Amino acid sequence: MHEMSIALSIIEAVEAKAREEGAERISGIDLVVGKLAGIQPESLRFCFSAAAKGSMAESALLQIEEPEGIGECLECGRKFPVSFCYAECPECRSLKIGIVSGEEFRIQTITIEEEGD
Amino acid sequence: MCDTCGCSTEGGVVLRKPGETGYHLHIVESDHESAIHSHDEAHRHDHTHHHHHEEGSGRKVLLEQDVLLKNNLLAERNRGFFEARNIFALNFLSSPGSGKTTLLEKIIPLIVPHSPVAVIEGDQQTTNDADRIHALGVPVIQVNTGSGCHLDAMMINRAVKELELQNNSLLCIENVGNLVCPAMFDLGEALKVVVISVTEGDDKPLKYPNMFHEADLCILNKIDLLPYVDFDALKCRENALRINHHLEWLEVSAKTGEGLDLWQQWIKSKIQQH
Repeated sequence: MHEMSIALSIIEAVEAKAREEGAERISGIDLVVGKLAGIQPESLRFCFSAAAKGSMAESALLQIEEPEGIGECLECGRKFPVSFCYAECPECRSLKIGIVSGEEFRIQTITIEEEGD
Repeated sequence: MCDTCGCSTEGGVVLRKPGETGYHLHIVESDHESAIHSHDEAHRHDHTHHHHHEEGSGRKVLLEQDVLLKNNLLAERNRGFFEARNIFALNFLSSPGSGKTTLLEKIIPLIVPHSPVAVIEGDQQTTNDADRIHALGVPVIQVNTGSGCHLDAMMINRAVKELELQNNSLLCIENVGNLVCPAMFDLGEALKVVVISVTEGDDKPLKYPNMFHEADLCILNKIDLLPYVDFDALKCRENALRINHHLEWLEVSAKTGEGLDLWQQWIKSKIQQH
């Protein structure tokens, strides 16, 4: 799957930030991976441990927050939980649904270890 | 690494051109960008305030960065280049074997009298697809993704520099045959075209919703085989439209040529709207 190249791009991004901050290594990474983002957190963890070898993030603890999917009916405006990128509005039965949450995929924070800490 | 498709960096991405056996270009991302972020003195001074922290407690730094940021920025650069040159780029996506290359072989000769066409072929290995397109006499470049399972914006950025693209042309990007991973990677295309064939299941849009959710047009191919298979075209279309109510739908047979005229009209009208 694409989780491997994703893991590599996460490492690239966090290493760049850590260097900018003058850090020695990265001890923690907080990710937000929405349930509709098309990413398997287990698969990402697996790839991450392999991809991080020899990097500043080698021993980093990966915390993954997984926001639930929330859809909004484009006909009547009702908001409701969704587990898929298509759904039926429980109010008016419309299939025209916009996704308002659950597609997030970002690096939220990193925890860095500095010289002398 | 990843058992499903073996995505890793070890495979290495290579560009190849049919008819030029010596041509062979490795895509290597330089470390230059990250190297220039070395810390300056002012930064270091700042950090001394944190020295009272306990051993190994570390310092939290806010990033709030989209994981696909780098790909998305590059995709937008590609898109800007295409817009400036009035190049209409289509990204073709499907499972392996649904007939993407055959569809291109059939449609390109119909487009060429009206506008120049160029093709970027994505496959893990071989130049087989690029060779078939090369035989049509249009510029083509093969991107071999090695163990990678999808094309990304960087590969397109590099491939475009090696292709002599004409202004006011059509660029067809045939992605790696895979209904999962390519859905996430914007290449800078104007529209995404997903191809499905009647020898697959009519529930495919439900099984691989992300791809159908992202697509602008769905082409149902191999409709000449409909009498011989248990494929319900109407049901498939309904399934696809449940995932994506903006999805346009065409039914064609690359083999008999049925429906190709409608597809040609679709391309023509989209180029005009572009």
